[in-house]
Amino acid sequence: MNNPIVEKYFRMDNLPHIWCPGCGNGIIMLALAKAIDSLGLDKDKVCVVSGIGCSSRAPGYLDFNTLHTTHGRALAFATGVKLANPELEVIVISGDGDASAIGGNHLIHAARRNIGITTIVFNNNIYGMTGGQYSPTTPNGDLGTTAPHGNIDRPFDIAQLAAAAGATYAARSTVYHANQMEKMIETAIAHKGFSMVEVISTCPTYYGRKNKKGSAANMIAFLKDSFIDVKVAEKLPEEKKAGKFLMGEFKKEEGVVEYTVAYESIIERLKK
Amino acid sequence: MGARDNQEIKIKKEWCKGCGICVTFCPKQVLGYDDEGKVAMLDSENCIKCGQCEMRCPDFAIFLGGKE
Repeated sequence: MNNPIVEKYFRMDNLPHIWCPGCGNGIIMLALAKAIDSLGLDKDKVCVVSGIGCSSRAPGYLDFNTLHTTHGRALAFATGVKLANPELEVIVISGDGDASAIGGNHLIHAARRNIGITTIVFNNNIYGMTGGQYSPTTPNGDLGTTAPHGNIDRPFDIAQLAAAAGATYAARSTVYHANQMEKMIETAIAHKGFSMVEVISTCPTYYGRKNKKGSAANMIAFLKDSFIDVKVAEKLPEEKKAGKFLMGEFKKEEGVVEYTVAYESIIERLKK
Repeated sequence: MGARDNQEIKIKKEWCKGCGICVTFCPKQVLGYDDEGKVAMLDSENCIKCGQCEMRCPDFAIFLGGKE
């Protein structure tokens, strides 16, 4: 007896997964499988690529073509996969540290090229797998094992970073807003060009415990109360936006040439 | 007759890690815990089969399935 979506898209022998109780990563992985199901994609025409970290273990559970690569380099490997097989739907799963620190350059250049890859960042605000070191998205002032007196860095806004670097689709959701997140992932996969879906996840074990955020359910309730859609925020007075974070679709640009299409046109021209 | 009348909440106990997310966000508060701290259906009469438990379960341990 299993969820039919799980049976269809997961490697059942590898489940249950190793993520901690209350880790949000499983919520995003299920939404991804549901989005792929809604799009009716052929499993053999999907390739999921990851780097290193808690989130990057996801492809081990997903029953598609999958690649588990080196730290921060998922987008570099994915670029190779997409250029060699432009017909594949290439999906990168990355963490906040993997995507924006170790792989920060790969992220901005994949976005700049507008290559047809969907990147889903599981942003849990910490390096969970290695023991809770602060990451580029750890909020200013928060604690990590490498910031015992409070993080003095200012955090990256990954969705806006990708948009500024040239991504033609950029959106953010949270694990509380799982239905909306699923729709965003669906839109991102269908989009022709580089698309970024940043999902705010929860790490109750390291980030949560270190910063006294309470249980996993408390952390998810915080996401429910703290995030407002960018379309709603436009109509709200400033005082109602104080202390809130923005989610929603930040950028959707059509008509920009996708990288493998541009590459193919060079090949066709030189054949003549 | 609703569209989900032939469905019911299924629980795969062996995959439940007892995180409490489904229990907390159930809009009708029909879920609770068993002796082992895992999720249990306490009041199936009042379950509206909205599927919020399924969509936020990180372990795929609770879901809407067809009645047997």
